[in-house]
Amino acid sequence: MPEDDEDQSPPSDLRSQPPCSPNKSRNCISSSSSQTFPDHVLENVLENVLQFLDSRCDRNAASLVCKLWWKVEGLTRSEVFIGNCYALSPARLTQRFKRVRSLLLKGKPRFADFNLMPPDWGANIAPWVSTMAKAYPWLEKVDLKRMFVTDDDLALLAESFPGFKELILVCCEGFGTSGIAVVANKCRKLKVLDLIESEVTDDEVDWVSCFPEDVTCLESLAFDCVEAPINFKALEGLVGRSPSLRKLRLNRFVSLEELRRLLLLGAPQLTSLGTGSFSRGDQSDEQGPPDYAAAFRACKSVVCLSGFRELMPEYLPAILPVCANLTSLNFSYANISPDMFKPIIHSCHKLQIFWALDSICDEGLQAVAATCKELRELRIFPFDPREDSEGPVSELGLQAISEGCRKLESLLYFCQRMTNAALIAMSHNCPELTVFRLCIMGRHRPDHVTGKAMDEGFGAIVKNCKKLTRLAVSGLLTDQAFRYMGEYGKLIRTLSVAFAGDSDMALRHVLEGCPRLQKLEIRDSPFGDVALRSGMHRYYNMRFVWMSACSLSMGCCKDVARAMPNLVVEVIGSDDDDENREFVETLYMYRSLDGPRKDAPQFVTIL
Amino acid sequence: MIGQLMNLNATELCLGLPGGTKAVESPAKSSVRNKRGFSETMDLMLNLQAQVVGWPPVRNYRKNMMTQQKTSGEEEASSEKAGNGGGAALVKVSMDGAPYLRKVDLTMYKSYQDLSDALAKMFSSFTMGNYGAQGMIDFMNESKLMNLLNSSEYVPSYEDKDGDWMLVGDVPWEMFVQSCKRLRIMKGSEAIGLAPRAMEKYCKNRS
Repeated sequence: MPEDDEDQSPPSDLRSQPPCSPNKSRNCISSSSSQTFPDHVLENVLENVLQFLDSRCDRNAASLVCKLWWKVEGLTRSEVFIGNCYALSPARLTQRFKRVRSLLLKGKPRFADFNLMPPDWGANIAPWVSTMAKAYPWLEKVDLKRMFVTDDDLALLAESFPGFKELILVCCEGFGTSGIAVVANKCRKLKVLDLIESEVTDDEVDWVSCFPEDVTCLESLAFDCVEAPINFKALEGLVGRSPSLRKLRLNRFVSLEELRRLLLLGAPQLTSLGTGSFSRGDQSDEQGPPDYAAAFRACKSVVCLSGFRELMPEYLPAILPVCANLTSLNFSYANISPDMFKPIIHSCHKLQIFWALDSICDEGLQAVAATCKELRELRIFPFDPREDSEGPVSELGLQAISEGCRKLESLLYFCQRMTNAALIAMSHNCPELTVFRLCIMGRHRPDHVTGKAMDEGFGAIVKNCKKLTRLAVSGLLTDQAFRYMGEYGKLIRTLSVAFAGDSDMALRHVLEGCPRLQKLEIRDSPFGDVALRSGMHRYYNMRFVWMSACSLSMGCCKDVARAMPNLVVEVIGSDDDDENREFVETLYMYRSLDGPRKDAPQFVTIL
Repeated sequence: MIGQLMNLNATELCLGLPGGTKAVESPAKSSVRNKRGFSETMDLMLNLQAQVVGWPPVRNYRKNMMTQQKTSGEEEASSEKAGNGGGAALVKVSMDGAPYLRKVDLTMYKSYQDLSDALAKMFSSFTMGNYGAQGMIDFMNESKLMNLLNSSEYVPSYEDKDGDWMLVGDVPWEMFVQSCKRLRIMKGSEAIGLAPRAMEKYCKNRS
């Protein structure tokens, strides 16, 4: 499942000059003895050793040892992660790393997902593809998140990299089924084609038929987000000639009946299945209702189940045969009532990851808590994502989860009512929490039992969950909540704030108190110039800061931009309204090694 | 001729509803008609019953899936899910600037108003209030029509059986369902080229 957001590296290793080694004295001994060996021998030895280093963190550390290590590390790094595509230019990438096989690149800031930024802001993959086409002909994998990718880009990619194996597009847009068709057709070694929550235009191209006719190398094919009908016969053929296929996620244009046929073809090898619409078409039941459970019985290896895009609940029990094996279950597109849900979850003892809609209600969450003792990650999305909607889950569900699922590490919870008591309980019951994202949908809502602000609840979370790295807050919050964050949130790397806080002090607490803060996104909160200035010592150590609908003035942003030349300070707003010149609608700033970008659209002003 | 037409309920074209008699109900949205910038639109959104842009923070992709489920939940069986169910009038809907197409089954709607509401919901994340507010196009009032077509508001147009692009609302609803092959929601200023032809054909259909 998508949405993993981890990076541990500042891009210090991407500087064009190797760093001055602070360890010179320590190296003295080794360098004097190394004088007995020619440099290139040492280099070879180092290369052979460093190539085993996988972790980004380790590699970044290694590259800081001395010039030689910096150089050799650059030669041996095969997977590069770039958390912000504008932090450096493609040219710098290809200069620093010579043998890249795999690129992970992230583009737009997350708040762009919520219409807080006009479209066409940027994050185009094009310059990256064209630069890498020349520098890395052996490129195998590209994994993009929130990037703008066109069909032409996909075509260039397909043509430039003969050994291309993995294409993963998460939350991307700008392309359509014609681009997919080119990739399917030209990338003969393709193992992974994962389109996850991306906007894909229906160009009316039968892309499934574009895969080569021989046996394929496909291991993973995920197209659940493609909003276009597919040629089912071609899909059947494709599954039939893909013996390595382990993950298959269908879109909603595949009916239950078609799913059944596919499962009968290839079920035993599948480990991950996206079930498509999970509803029947118009077929008449001549022989009575078909036995879908038999198809699922054949899925002996399936541990990850998703889909249910247009669920017909009466068929849900068909999945029972796989429930006992499931470690991951995604019901988040299925409007399931508690009564339909409980018999299913009752069998899911091994479940570690569970996504669902709040239609399962507190009752459903209690059932999860009773059964899923191994739960690590829980995400509850709102069926009716409006501020004034009903809200069928509350603090009761959260309390139950905290008591039943002690191993919980990651939570995303949308609700309309919450209490401090439930958060305090969770902070004590779930010490393994690293990600805590609570969205109380009604803005500024207090504890609905006591009427107080939600300060104490979130305070307990940051204080007691000592491993917390990601936090999103909501509800009525005063500066006190932020004081807690600054005091206790020592490991927090990502913080999301909306409609919270009373004054600049709140943001100051965070900027001064959270040393590991990398990603800060704030909207509609009363933080102004004083707060912004208070963080200047931090911004070079952060990936980005987003502040929209706060109280920032243009003058202050200009000051920050002037004082910090390696920081790109973007002011995003309406292009032709002079009245907005003094106040900054949206500030998005990020460190960059290569200065301001050249592709900024008209509505972006770079200070 | 036009005066006579005003008396024919079946083909009445007012702000909204051939066949319906209610006035268009979009009070909050109908007030602002002039060109809006991005943040002005955000202000407008803030004033509209406290529905705030981008809040709650649910991605458009997910919101669209939910909207689709809700509308298809209201429909009877044999809708677009089945593919080509008998009797469905599936047409593609594109909107200028939106990155993907949608499909609607025209037989699922009973009137222009129904269709307009559904389209507004479908593309709400892109239009941010710039669509649906004006209700259906008032062909009777030429100056209003021209104003609309000069604005940055979105208007729906459709491709008819003859391959011509027309403004939605020029013919009775039933006739529209039969002849509409495709829908395109475009900026008023771009639709201006359609107007003369729309008027011409409108008059032709009347005689």
